[in-house]
Amino acid sequence: MSTTETTASGIGPVEGGSVHTVDNPAPYIEAPRKRTGRTPRSTRGNFEMYGWLFMRLSGIVLVVLVIGHLLIQLVLDGGVSKIGFAFVAGRWASPWWQVWDLAMLWLAMLHGCNGLRTVINDYAERANTRLWLKALLYTATVFTILLGTLVIFTFDPNIR
Amino acid sequence: MATPVLEKTEPAGSASAASPYITVTFRIRRFNPEVSAEATWQDFQIEIDPKERVLDGLHKIKWDLDGSLTFRRSCAHGICGSDAMRINGKNRLACKTLIKDINPEKPITIEPIKGLTVLKDLVVDMEPFFQAYRDVMPFLITKDTNEPTRERLQSPEDRERFDDTTKCILCAACTTSCPVFWNDGQYFGPAAIVNAHRFIFDSRDDAAEQRLEILNDKDGVWRCRTTFNCTDACPRGIEVTKAIAEVKRALITRRL
Ligand code: HEM
Ligand code: SF4
Ligand code: FES
Repeated sequence: MSTTETTASGIGPVEGGSVHTVDNPAPYIEAPRKRTGRTPRSTRGNFEMYGWLFMRLSGIVLVVLVIGHLLIQLVLDGGVSKIGFAFVAGRWASPWWQVWDLAMLWLAMLHGCNGLRTVINDYAERANTRLWLKALLYTATVFTILLGTLVIFTFDPNIR
Repeated sequence: MATPVLEKTEPAGSASAASPYITVTFRIRRFNPEVSAEATWQDFQIEIDPKERVLDGLHKIKWDLDGSLTFRRSCAHGICGSDAMRINGKNRLACKTLIKDINPEKPITIEPIKGLTVLKDLVVDMEPFFQAYRDVMPFLITKDTNEPTRERLQSPEDRERFDDTTKCILCAACTTSCPVFWNDGQYFGPAAIVNAHRFIFDSRDDAAEQRLEILNDKDGVWRCRTTFNCTDACPRGIEVTKAIAEVKRALITRRL
């Protein structure tokens, strides 16, 4: 009662036909999940645990930092229209906002970097793809953190 | 009519309007490596009582329509864990899924569970799954003596602590519903963690520390993304994601 036509083997029409016989058996399929000699060695250490904890702890701190940042920049006191060189210079004159922005920079960058590392681990299938994506990610992260830190500490409001 | 027949007033043979049978389409993912490297969908139309189970439908197909259809089943009553499959996109046991519960109006799709190599039709290679299970040492380990000289007593409260995870039947519905496992299959997977949990929180067992260390691996509990697919898939109703969270918490409290 099958609605599709069936072949002698009982399988519906398939591409390629029956090329394999007793003398020419189908290739043995190696299970891709098998623990073989090339499976990476297991890494037991607390790194992944610290990474997991860091995501949650930095997330909690980021809620305060980011919402405060967004309120000050976009909502309070005239909204976005007030933002300009003078506004930034005024805020960074105070060590409080310097530390605020520095903490936000470091936490958000490390949090985002570790988050993307997880995403790469979850989605990139080949070892080489992983390697290159992570190399790109770490380079971009280090560059952004260093540049941002440099700017916060060496900012000169009288630059002309 | 001398023979007593239960609730059968109409003469046999007449297609009574009260017939429970309906026509259902089973759309099955077929794969036979000796015929083609590609898997294909094949439709079967069967007459079935909607109060029957998907497994009964598969039996009808295998016994009456196409004997080459290949699937695993043993107990047919949700105990052995051999017939987990992807039914309408969700991992379930074919022997615990009633036709009427999965909308028989539309074709019912049946695929092998994902993330393990398909050997034929609905049969997958379970070896990587059992490898992860063996890796967590799913047996009682005691410190001083392994000799069973006396009964190992336990209070009802201590037994209750890990009761949920004793229910596992190793069907692999959870592990093969996990998107992290689908990627490279190196993640230990929910089932291995559930079975480690069963011993880690057993007051009679002394190897919790070793099992926690095994699951502290790069591919251990920390790869869990709390997707909850495992909890949704488990045919035994085990709170899988909660068990994983308890193992994570045990690791954190012991390591910090
Ligand atoms: C505002 C407060 C924030 C909180 C509470 C928060 C919390 C979290 C948590 C708990 C995770 C881990 C999820 C998991 O392990 O499954 C995570 C992942 C992630 N976060 Fe955040 N985060 C925040 C802000 C940010 C910011 C500002 C960025 C970007 C710089 C970011 C980027 C990411 C990325 C890329 C991931 C990985 C994606 C994923 O795991 O699905 N987060 N976040
Ligand atoms: S935890 Fe549930 S879904 Fe996972 S293997 Fe055990 S019984 Fe199957
Ligand atoms: S056949 Fe045993 S669990 Fe379904």
